[in-house]
Amino acid sequence: MSALTLYALTGSAAIGIGFYGLIAARHLLRRIVAFNLIGSGLFLFFGATGARGGAADPVPQALIITGIVVALSASALAVGLLVAHARVAGRVVLPEEEDGG
Amino acid sequence: MSFLVALLVLPLAGALAIVALPGQAGRAAAFSAIAATAAAAVALAASVSSQGVLRLEVGGWAPPLGIALAADGLGVTLIVMTATVMAGVSLVARGTFAPELAGDRAAFGFWPLMLLLWSALNVVFLSRDLFNLYVGIELLSLAAIGLVAIDGKAAALAAAIRYIVFALAGSLLYLAGVVLIYASHGTLDIDLVAVRTPSAPDGLALALMTAGLMAKTALFPFHVWLPPAHAGAPAPASALLSGLVPKASFVILMRLWFDAMPDRASDGPLVLIALLGTAAVIWGSLAALAQERLKLIVAYSTVAQIGYLFLVFPLAGGTSAGLPWAAGAWTGAVFLALSHGLAKAGMFLAVGHCMAAAGGDRLSAVRGLAKVMPMTAFAFALSAVTLVGLPPSGGFTGKYLVMTAAFASGQWLWALVIAVGGLLAAAYLYRPLAMLFGRGAGASPVPPSRARQAVPLLLAGASVALGIASAGAYGILEIGRPPAAEEGL
Repeated sequence: MSALTLYALTGSAAIGIGFYGLIAARHLLRRIVAFNLIGSGLFLFFGATGARGGAADPVPQALIITGIVVALSASALAVGLLVAHARVAGRVVLPEEEDGG
Repeated sequence: MSFLVALLVLPLAGALAIVALPGQAGRAAAFSAIAATAAAAVALAASVSSQGVLRLEVGGWAPPLGIALAADGLGVTLIVMTATVMAGVSLVARGTFAPELAGDRAAFGFWPLMLLLWSALNVVFLSRDLFNLYVGIELLSLAAIGLVAIDGKAAALAAAIRYIVFALAGSLLYLAGVVLIYASHGTLDIDLVAVRTPSAPDGLALALMTAGLMAKTALFPFHVWLPPAHAGAPAPASALLSGLVPKASFVILMRLWFDAMPDRASDGPLVLIALLGTAAVIWGSLAALAQERLKLIVAYSTVAQIGYLFLVFPLAGGTSAGLPWAAGAWTGAVFLALSHGLAKAGMFLAVGHCMAAAGGDRLSAVRGLAKVMPMTAFAFALSAVTLVGLPPSGGFTGKYLVMTAAFASGQWLWALVIAVGGLLAAAYLYRPLAMLFGRGAGASPVPPSRARQAVPLLLAGASVALGIASAGAYGILEIGRPPAAEEGL
């Protein structure tokens, strides 16, 4: 198995675990972490696909860096909303998902 | 050329200025940015209609390495519609978000978020690069989520969190599609992707991107986040969220299916998309019928109206591509998007005036308001005319074009959806209209000033004028129309 296949498989595994977390977790902080896990998996996969033919392709690297900045801002906003919601409402799950959590 | 850049840079500069400069200076800068951006939008439309598609390769770098911007008929009509709504909303919001009325948090937060939203919308309407579109739609979602959460109450924050879960899931799906396309073609420029040699992962990429964009557009069954988010925000913010934001992800979908990969569009998935649109029309309308709060009725109406837009895919793509009715269906869908944007913004602003006067948005609270504020009630009624699709409104022109295409292609089911949807819209809008124009007001309400009441009326009037002046808009939309929708009936 080549290193690139390993990267791509690791990325896919991270996407899968993150996807499970996004659907199964009620705690909103867990969901935000799951979102970041999917994002990281995608970036790893992207980086691996960009290295075909020996030489590294610089475009995926530039796009990954941009993507990380976007994901960071989205996570920051999500955490900010979660903290504000926890302060006002006193809980860290959405109202409709409160039962059986 | 420079108008393209101005449309992206001016709102960003305005957003920065109002955050950085103190008090009145910041507000003045923001308002000049709003006026200048609106002027740039009109100027861009004028030069596109005289010179055809304007293209700009940013920094002089040509794709595939650089990023191209292009103003075609679709982009420029949406930009002008956005500028109209933004100008109207900012006139009303000056009053709504006065610091002494709305509190410091909302009064400070609204203007930068609105300008960021505007910049992001313009990016999406002008960009020709799939990754640049991703960044644009992310900026759009983040600004929109900020607007939902602006009043800081628990319900609004929960609505914003629900929205961000859907928006983030949608953007990851879209990004996954972008990665697959880059991996197999080495480019993300829409025009270069269009001339690629098709490869196996294209179908999967298109499916992932479509699913992600549907979640962002709030197409049934991904609509659950929309009504609480749009109904919970203050009225000017709702007008932006409902009238403008869903159009951005819809435009990306149109660019994907008609510009970037028209060869991948087979009938099966296109019919599935249109069936989801059908479900949205029926479900959104029925849910609107069941609501007791004015804002929720208008928000569920957005769920229904978004559904119509998706009927375009089997009528202008797949085996219909390039056939005589495709152009009518494509143009009709854009007409529906434009007139919905204007009418829904006007309607939300009118509802905001009603709520301010009546002190709440329960249907019973607005009884008889037409007597005190006839202008606002008329604006609501005029918006309703467009949403139902009565002539001579822009909504009628759009529905007429799509229905003609449906009959010409023999896919009469979609015409039936439009007819039933129109009837249902008349039903759910009848109840608020009957209340507004009914007898017997409650406590004596204090109407907003005439100037502020005129704004929703002007927006609703614009949505009707779009139908009256449809030939002009039709002409602009022909500029740079995708080859799949080239021929007219």
